[in-house]
Amino acid sequence: MTTSLGTSRAIAGAGALLCLAGAVALHAAEERRLPKPAIDRPELLYVRSPAVARRVAGRYAGLAADVYWIRALQHFGQERLSPPSHVRTYALLYPLLDLTTTLDPFFSIAYRFGAIFLGEPYPGGPGRPDLAVTLLRKGLAAQPSKWQYMQDLGFVYYWHLRDFRSAAAWFQQAADVPGAPTWLRPLAAVTLAEGGHRTASRALWQQLAQSEEPWLRDSARLRLAQLDAMDAIDALRARVEAFRAQHPGEPVTWDRIAGAGLLPGVPVDSSGTPFALNPETGDVAVAPQSKLFPLPGQIQGPR
Amino acid sequence: MALAVFRESVRDRVFYNLVFFAVLLVGASILIGQLTAGQDVKIIKDLGLSATSIFGLFIAIFVGINLVSKEIDRRSVYPLFAKPIRRAEFIAGKYVGLLLTLLVNVVVMTAAIYAVLYFLSRGVPAPVQSAWDGPALDPALLKALALIYVDLAVVTAIALFFSSYSSPLLSAVFTLGIYVTGQFNTDLKRFDQIVSSPIAAAIGKACYYVLPNFSRFDVKLAVVHGIPVSGAYVASAVAYAALYIAALLFGAMVIFSRRDFK
Repeated sequence: MTTSLGTSRAIAGAGALLCLAGAVALHAAEERRLPKPAIDRPELLYVRSPAVARRVAGRYAGLAADVYWIRALQHFGQERLSPPSHVRTYALLYPLLDLTTTLDPFFSIAYRFGAIFLGEPYPGGPGRPDLAVTLLRKGLAAQPSKWQYMQDLGFVYYWHLRDFRSAAAWFQQAADVPGAPTWLRPLAAVTLAEGGHRTASRALWQQLAQSEEPWLRDSARLRLAQLDAMDAIDALRARVEAFRAQHPGEPVTWDRIAGAGLLPGVPVDSSGTPFALNPETGDVAVAPQSKLFPLPGQIQGPR
Repeated sequence: MALAVFRESVRDRVFYNLVFFAVLLVGASILIGQLTAGQDVKIIKDLGLSATSIFGLFIAIFVGINLVSKEIDRRSVYPLFAKPIRRAEFIAGKYVGLLLTLLVNVVVMTAAIYAVLYFLSRGVPAPVQSAWDGPALDPALLKALALIYVDLAVVTAIALFFSSYSSPLLSAVFTLGIYVTGQFNTDLKRFDQIVSSPIAAAIGKACYYVLPNFSRFDVKLAVVHGIPVSGAYVASAVAYAALYIAALLFGAMVIFSRRDFK
């Protein structure tokens, strides 16, 4: 009796597993057979009001903030890495960051990383430094003595808005906070004095390259490489001009310039990609396929 | 009596939730590192504390509401009262038994949270760790966990109070209702700002003071972000809970002692 009951159970269990395996196999086969519909569906944000989200989440607001933070990261990554057929809007980025920081007003990485995302120029980001400023100011309202937010505000004004006076004021304000690093004060002075020269920019990024945050260090390394590329472009432009003066009316290529003895070979940037050269105008730039592309447009030209 | 309740919890497989909790934490710790841009420690703390609170809440409510009614349904209450056990002792024993179950639950979950945090933070360079709001193995987490336990003790007392005279279904509805209202009762305090009637405003204010203020036991956000929670605050929250629990248990004892089991 017990044996037959055990056998029936085993048969029923095996049957259940077999049916489940069949369902999975059928699903996988259908997936392979039917092509994915080419619909570029916009993402949805069901709860738009941060105040409502805060109420609904109640005492689990911290956990809800984590969920929205992950969504913000995914939204940014998805838009940034989307195929060229997709129109990148980053429409949900700020609402998601706003929700995250309302649910958890002390979520510092959401303010700091979020500001970097928002300020990133289009198409790599939404190109909304104004929203980056709004987000960081919201963070400061929650934690008025957080010098890191002031430093980030200075950075947004410096790098994206090219407002050196405001940038220096924020660096100065950050430096005045007890416990803030000592390098903020000279940075404020350099920013104010040099009004956005590459040396000031390099000083800022070299400081940020010492940050505890790995993502900030990586970003700083990229920006420093971009600054090196800008210096290299200035030097190459001089060589190109020299070649054009020696060979007026001739098309300009790296090989011809190297052949004329003005360069040792085809010049490459720090990512190993050759610099782009316009044969007609002789203009030099970072190639679109380079990891350094695009250079910050506003300070690309020689100063 | 208390040990009998604890043994019954074990028999009813209440602790199976611990396995689920452990799987949730370990699974999340593996996944989260890929998704969160270096915020895994913060998220594990949030997840661990929230899950401890939610799992405990379910146990407190769904075991709590059955504590008395089960004995009555199974008629095991009759031989019990034939013994020299007073009804008040019965209520107190039931309450302490469930508190013991919850204590084991919270202690095991605490150990699991610290273990996952230890594994997540192991090998992380000191400069990166110094950028975190609080250390991974922050002892302050214990304050949040202790207050979660206190919070569950209050919920258990409410469930037992309703269970002493009502059916399990109604007890669950009432307990959940009080719990949800207790989350938002600061709104009741400000009721006068949205109503013109002074009587309605006074009722709102009275409800604010009479209903349990569960937000007093919630320091999760502060602890996760390394914001100090003073010992005086914890002591005051514990004292408030103790008084509230005592009031509910005395109420339950009075109601239960007046019940007729003929």
